[in-house]
Amino acid sequence: MSSTLLDAEDVRRALTRIAHEIIERDKGAADVVLVGIANRGDHLARRLATEIQRIEGTEVKVGVLDITFYRDDIGLKAEAPEVHETRIPFDISGKTIVLVDDVLFTGRTIRAAMDALMDFGRPRRIQLAVLVDRGHRELPIRADFVGKNVPTRRADDVRVLVTELDGEDAVVVEEAP
Amino acid sequence: MNKHLLSMHDVTADDVVRILDTAESFREVGTRVIKKVPVLRGRTVVNFFLENSTRTRISFELAAKRLSADVINFSASGTSVSKGESLKDSALTLQAMGADAIVIRHSSSGSPLQLTRWVQGHVLNAGDGTHEHPTQALLDLYTMREKLGRLEGLRVAIVGDVLHSRVARSLSFGLVKMGAEVTLIGPPTLIPPDAPRWGVSVSYDIDSVLPKLDVCYMLRVQRERQRLEFFPSVREYNRIFGLTSARAAMLPDTALIMHPGPMNRGVEIDSDVADLPQAVIEEQVTNGIAVRMSLLYLLLGGGGSGALDG
Amino acid sequence: MDERPTLFTGARLVDPASGRDELVDVLVVGETIEAVGLGLDAEGADTIDCAGLILAPGLVDLHTHLREPGFEHKETVETGTRAAAAGGFTAVSSMANTDPVTDHAGIVAEIRDKAAAAGLCDVFPVGAITKGLAGESIAELGEMVEAGVRVFSDDGNCVPSSRVLRNAMIYAKAFGDEVVIADHCEDPSLVEGGQMHEGAHSYSLGLAGRPAEAEELVVARDLALARATGGRLHVCHLSSARAVELIRRAKAEGIRVTAEVTPHHLVFTHDDLVTYDTNLKVNPPIRTTEDRDALREGVADGTIDVIATDHAPHAVEEKEAEFDLSPPGTIGLETALAAVLTHLVRPGIVPLARALEAMTVTPARILGAAGHGGPIAAGRPANLVVFHPEEGWVAEAPFVSKARNSAFLGRELGGRVRHTMLRGTFTVAEGKVTR
Repeated sequence: MSSTLLDAEDVRRALTRIAHEIIERDKGAADVVLVGIANRGDHLARRLATEIQRIEGTEVKVGVLDITFYRDDIGLKAEAPEVHETRIPFDISGKTIVLVDDVLFTGRTIRAAMDALMDFGRPRRIQLAVLVDRGHRELPIRADFVGKNVPTRRADDVRVLVTELDGEDAVVVEEAP
Repeated sequence: MNKHLLSMHDVTADDVVRILDTAESFREVGTRVIKKVPVLRGRTVVNFFLENSTRTRISFELAAKRLSADVINFSASGTSVSKGESLKDSALTLQAMGADAIVIRHSSSGSPLQLTRWVQGHVLNAGDGTHEHPTQALLDLYTMREKLGRLEGLRVAIVGDVLHSRVARSLSFGLVKMGAEVTLIGPPTLIPPDAPRWGVSVSYDIDSVLPKLDVCYMLRVQRERQRLEFFPSVREYNRIFGLTSARAAMLPDTALIMHPGPMNRGVEIDSDVADLPQAVIEEQVTNGIAVRMSLLYLLLGGGGSGALDG
Repeated sequence: MDERPTLFTGARLVDPASGRDELVDVLVVGETIEAVGLGLDAEGADTIDCAGLILAPGLVDLHTHLREPGFEHKETVETGTRAAAAGGFTAVSSMANTDPVTDHAGIVAEIRDKAAAAGLCDVFPVGAITKGLAGESIAELGEMVEAGVRVFSDDGNCVPSSRVLRNAMIYAKAFGDEVVIADHCEDPSLVEGGQMHEGAHSYSLGLAGRPAEAEELVVARDLALARATGGRLHVCHLSSARAVELIRRAKAEGIRVTAEVTPHHLVFTHDDLVTYDTNLKVNPPIRTTEDRDALREGVADGTIDVIATDHAPHAVEEKEAEFDLSPPGTIGLETALAAVLTHLVRPGIVPLARALEAMTVTPARILGAAGHGGPIAAGRPANLVVFHPEEGWVAEAPFVSKARNSAFLGRELGGRVRHTMLRGTFTVAEGKVTR
């Protein structure tokens, strides 16, 4: 049974609010870079950058990070996981990095993302923005900016759809039987 | 993907696309300050090189280390039998060391396949006798795709001693698999009469083929006595089949000049030609590391049973 | 010699030497066949019920490598003759590529004595054509003939010099009409470094080839010499269609030539070598389907006289090496009969009587193995084999032979030896070797 948690309008408002929060928390976002976690966080990060530019006039650099090589479950699945592009064409040392992902769940993806970022340089700090926090953390990770907190059962499947890949913006949950 | 990579027949066209696409990501890793990712941490990769080759071994060693794997180099000059230890016993020793992957290079055709009968890990063929050299073919395909944007429909000539070349076999099989048009060129004594069965054309007239090529791939011509019985002299070879400056000028401007290395300057390829901008020989070497990382990742990054979420 | 008479009842006798194919009883007393007929009765005899079984002359192998003296780590006269008995043979040859080479009467006697002591199978040694197998000067053929040798061969090597081979053929005429010069027909300059048949697979597998014309050339040469000298030629282990055709024409012309083929050349093709299976690495190599079919046709129409095993044992570690470092050869004594039954007789390619003829009376005649090969008749020595023509089994190590390099390893075969009898004594009883 699947239901829509957020529709396109909800998503837009959530991203706008997160953009405001980033600007407020990081004092105007001049030192901020956004790094989206491939492959959906990437699109969300770009939208956030556009919003920040619209609101504050600041141009924020955006990079995309694929964390496949830092996952903790390599060799445990039948096929090696598919790899997406990583492009961080700027120095991250001394910057405030806002990692952007679609869903925060166990926290393992974020752990991998932080390890990856550390190999690129020494950021001043790392913050985390997610569209949906669905709970069930297995590691001590928390988000700084959250679009919506959604209680779920562990076996449920929560997916974020983005126009660029899926033709529409939405957050849907497929409930486990 | 298959458990082993012994031959280009072990990969489908889709596998090749996957290998090359994944290699893109590893090439990006090579541009980072820290050129290393932890993905194969804790795995052991053994370089089992029973035939000398510093270049290929270093390429594999770097690839494995950049994946954070532990690397063991096991080499032997001469064959294992002449050293007194049989291939099988060496294999069992590697097995006992807990090798997750064995990269084998050997002067005996078929030895990687024999190895798979005695070890449990993944076996990668880094060149066996005159049989195949699939990782070389894959890095060449990567280079072609990167420079020319596609593989399908490319017109490629492979020139030289095809009969004794494992690179020529693997590259022919790989290019045909990806829809390219391959022509083998060389003295008739050095082209297997059976080659058309591989889906390639054969020509003894290099000048007629050059103007239509996208890639001119030169093979190394060996000067050893046993090879010289197949053609009268190095001088005649160079005159009739060598890529001289005059011949290089007959190639389209966009065509690539490639060579698996090491080159015999002045024999199969003139020195000036090797230094032309169209000659991408050094890039082949760089791409080799990314492609080998991709292969090690794809082979060792899977193989489990469970599905995990997170 | 067993003490009580033995009575085989209800066996289907297939005896190529006499042309008989019928149900009979066979009574063996001492070393001799006492009677062959129906409803035989013998007091105090051990009766063996042979319903459903075939009784034939003990098989005779014209081409066997027993490896002794010199290569006892591969096989010995004892282990080789034991393997022969297990395969239904009562007589085998022993090829001369021993160490030292069997190029004089002393070694011939030594091999014979060892075989007699083991008592498992008679051995009729083959003598070298040239001293030390070096292909240069003729060995002491005369003395070896006096020691009982009939067949001379440098097998392992081709005799490279036409001059030397011609002289050997002419010289051998002094010692009787039965003396045969047998050549391994592969031109050395064309097969140097070659690992398998030169063809589609050798090109893709990256293995140097041994082309079919290497055999054709030497067969043509040897036939020309046989014609010119009037000598008797035997062509070992044929492998190619072209060579079969040359022999067919030569026989039509009246040249005194006989030819043999191995079971593995009759069963496999170079398609079977794509896995780099060293047990299929043999010289001359296993070739194409067309060659195999021509060899089968040759057996069927009599162009090829003999099916011989070329039993070539090697130590396990030698065959587990890299393909190009592995010595060529496959064992064959234990699987020959079953292979022929399974792949030639049962599919109707060669009639049973013709197949057995090629493995009994004809090789016995060429080898000079008196008393072997049939006919199964009263007064003849009791050298017999009793086998089930269809019983299924899988060829698996360990074999009775010391070696394990069987081309048929892991493959299913139909046809199994139940009893082998050498001059009245069981060397195999109920499928098991008796000593």
